[in-house]
Amino acid sequence: MAIGWYLAVSAIVFALGAAGVMVRRNPLVVLLCLELMLNGANLALIAFARMWGNGDGQILAIVVMTVAACEVCIGLGMIVAIHRRRLPVDVDELRELQG
Amino acid sequence: MSAVLFFIAGFGAIAGAVGVVMLRDPFYAVLALVGHLLALAVLFLLLRAEFVAAVQVVVYAGAVMVLYVFVVAYVGGREEPVGDLLRGRGPAGAQLRLGAAILGGALLVELLIALLGTGLKAVGGEGAPYAPGPHAYGTPAYIGELLLTKFLIVFEVASFLLTVAAVGAVVLARRRIGLEEDEEERERLTPLDLLRPRESGTMAEGVGGVSYEAALARAQSAAESMPDGRPSDPGRASSGEPVGAGAGAGSASEGDGW
Repeated sequence: MAIGWYLAVSAIVFALGAAGVMVRRNPLVVLLCLELMLNGANLALIAFARMWGNGDGQILAIVVMTVAACEVCIGLGMIVAIHRRRLPVDVDELRELQG
Repeated sequence: MSAVLFFIAGFGAIAGAVGVVMLRDPFYAVLALVGHLLALAVLFLLLRAEFVAAVQVVVYAGAVMVLYVFVVAYVGGREEPVGDLLRGRGPAGAQLRLGAAILGGALLVELLIALLGTGLKAVGGEGAPYAPGPHAYGTPAYIGELLLTKFLIVFEVASFLLTVAAVGAVVLARRRIGLEEDEEERERLTPLDLLRPRESGTMAEGVGGVSYEAALARAQSAAESMPDGRPSDPGRASSGEPVGAGAGAGSASEGDGW
């Protein structure tokens, strides 16, 4: 398969993730859509790495996975803390940063 | 063969992504993301990124998604009503969400133009020549050599970032004293906790850090606040927070800096 097809899939996945981040209200699902965007970027990175036969893109993809794992860690910790304080788990209602 | 596999995996990846965005139950959204990640791992294999595909399946679809499932089970994500997803609450919400869908479409068009409309001739090609072998492109040996020679600093920075994130998550999600000590949790301590020898290695000690003195103090405070149910606490009452009946007498610290 030509590399362009992989790039098309990655663009579709990224756009779907971006639309999901804007549309959904549950912060858990917003985090999932962020994962979608990161995965679309990863697919583009690996497709370009294959295009040039160079491993740098794959290393960058692994680093992106690490950053995604950190983001999940912090994001889920924040959601658990929000839930513990009995605040609504809803991004529309959590619009003030009051303590 | 590779074309058939590509279309199956690509369709699976896009279907999984649509599922994550559209399914209203967060648990099913997590499952859709797992399917999406597995399909993406197949695409990685087709692109000769064996090690990254294995990492994707083991770490991402395995470990990270288990974390998600745990949090969904703990928080119990609220189901969004079916028509509510695009309609929102009120006319402003409807316009915003329609605008979000239009923005997503515009982003897709822009990305496709940027990625496929480039002058790069190689975008239409099959990629660089590939020769199989023990140290070939994409194998663990190849990735490991790159990580520990050319990208050593990146490797170390990534590990440091993971450490910071782990500490941050523990700080964020730790149990804060006096914040959530409601009746339900108080009932978990039975009078038998007082009779049991201290440091007996029970589950409660390991998880909650319950010592003999703490159990005694909590039982006493529970007994004291039983008649009226809510001990007076002016600092917390004025802040208007929906704290439970807790703020257990002696242990209510003001150190919840959130």
